[in-house]
Amino acid sequence: MNWITNYVRPTINSLFSRREVPDNLWTKCPECGTMLFHRELADNLNVCTNCGHHMPITARDRLTALFDGGIYTEVKVPEPVTDPLQFRDQKKYTDRLKDARKKTGERDAMLVATGEITRTPIVAAVQDFSFMGGSMSMYVGNAIVAAAEEAVKLGRPLVLFSAAGGARMQEGILGLMQMPRTTIAVQMLKEAGLPYIVVLTHPTTGGVTASYAMLGDVQIAEPNALIGFAGARVIEQTIGEKLPEGFQRAEYLLDHGMLDRVTKRTNLKDELTTIIRMLMQLPPAVAGDLPPPHIDSHALEGAEKAPVKP
Amino acid sequence: MTQYLDFEKPLAEIEGKAEELRAMARDNAEMDIEKEAAALDKKSADLLKSLYGNLTPWRKCQVARHPERPHCKDYIAALFTDYTPLAGDRNFADDHAIMGGLARLDGRAVMVIGHEKGNDTKSRIEHNFGMARPEGYRKAIRLMNMANRFGLPVVTLVDTPGAYPGKGAEERGQSEAIARATEACLELNVPLVSVVIGEGGSGGAVAFATANRVLMLEHSIYSVISPEGCASILWKDAAKTQEAAAALRLTAQNLKELGVCDTIIAEPLGGAHRGAQTAIAAVGKALTATLKDLDKVAADKIRLDRRKKYLDLGKKGLAA
Repeated sequence: MNWITNYVRPTINSLFSRREVPDNLWTKCPECGTMLFHRELADNLNVCTNCGHHMPITARDRLTALFDGGIYTEVKVPEPVTDPLQFRDQKKYTDRLKDARKKTGERDAMLVATGEITRTPIVAAVQDFSFMGGSMSMYVGNAIVAAAEEAVKLGRPLVLFSAAGGARMQEGILGLMQMPRTTIAVQMLKEAGLPYIVVLTHPTTGGVTASYAMLGDVQIAEPNALIGFAGARVIEQTIGEKLPEGFQRAEYLLDHGMLDRVTKRTNLKDELTTIIRMLMQLPPAVAGDLPPPHIDSHALEGAEKAPVKP
Repeated sequence: MTQYLDFEKPLAEIEGKAEELRAMARDNAEMDIEKEAAALDKKSADLLKSLYGNLTPWRKCQVARHPERPHCKDYIAALFTDYTPLAGDRNFADDHAIMGGLARLDGRAVMVIGHEKGNDTKSRIEHNFGMARPEGYRKAIRLMNMANRFGLPVVTLVDTPGAYPGKGAEERGQSEAIARATEACLELNVPLVSVVIGEGGSGGAVAFATANRVLMLEHSIYSVISPEGCASILWKDAAKTQEAAAALRLTAQNLKELGVCDTIIAEPLGGAHRGAQTAIAAVGKALTATLKDLDKVAADKIRLDRRKKYLDLGKKGLAA
């Protein structure tokens, strides 16, 4: 209305509201109800310090936690055609994309980066469940192909963290076609003799499990992650019975022979390092902050130049 | 007696009337109804033409799922000789949703694999409505690998609502089985040709149709999700199936524009179920021509040809 209400009051408000206590200082664990201080929770990679429940972690936080010193280089992903079907349900697909980009600050549901974990060079791809349910879009397909190509180019293993509800319906058949496309990416790694390790995180379902997320040389899952092809509700409706406790959870899949390991998020980095260094025929990692010994860096160089199998 | 779909109701009325007239004439020799009946016939023929000349995507879904549409076993019986079914995944079971084996197409030995839906209650249950369990995909992998070792082209006939959503199927690794089957398709050094003869239901179809060439019957569909599933998830309203069917762009014609389908095979007027023999013959002709065409691709390039097809997909969208 006037100078006071339009300018002075907002300025005063903004000055004071900044000092207010943020309401996300404490997080309540949805599993055990413990109130967790945000810094402590972040330091523990969003795993409840009381009961060990694994809460979601953003793709970028995952990369920062994974790579030594939080340092990584992002790999550029080729941009696909936007909205090839001109899809519209209650909302336009382009608007949904815009909202998801604004909400997450990311381009789409997959980040690809190169860097070192415990001084072991790798390429990592991380699916972002907060971006339209992590759904497998053409961009996600391009990201996985780019990740595989980068890994082959550098002679490094690929570690992929999956999290998705399935293929992105708004891209129709072209979303579905990322199943064969990402399977080709896995084949590229296989042909180059490079390890492909999948870490299944909560939740990984649908067409994603029926392609790249189940084709790893080593299949690791985070505790209690939901992993499956069909939705539990659909199965219950189809077979007309209740599903057992823990159905489609990581531990259940481990019991049924579908996974190699179920590993806590806080142990993942060490475990990935150990496995990768053996598969890549590298000596064990050196613990602590010592500078890398000569022999180690030599072996790493050797790995980069390792002959590529036809 | 044809089973009419809901949108064919006016057609059913006219054809019913003509039938009634003729029945009356049979009972009463003095009645001359031929002129009237012929007029009704003409009317129904015109209606059929206009109905099928411009089927909406949802109507195409209904036609693709028509219970009297020719199924995998009809194609195998009519087009192939020496068909020798091969059973089992050597691990757990034989999945009757998937049929497959050695056969000859125009005298040429091939491996044929397909989804069978069944055509009456008993056979539908036996074939689990064409919904494969992990064993079905693993049988297909076994047969594809065998074809690869002996240099036989692989023909797959796709007709499935999707993978079976069951407890045991999940426990035995439904998703891994589909992923491995897709991988097996991509590893073949022999030509792989797929024909979508009815429904190409999501991952259950991809596992068989990751082919050098994907052929689709005129009124077949191939989709990431069923229109019903899509409507209930994105519209949160099961009644929006028609909108979902249109938005998903799942018709053979849409898929041709998007580069997923290579060839559309024309169906007789009124759909494959109104002229099964004609439809089956057209598929046979297209298969022979496609395999002949792929013979021109060098044996060591056939796998790369397939890989390139999929890596290049999505470089263009639908024209606005």
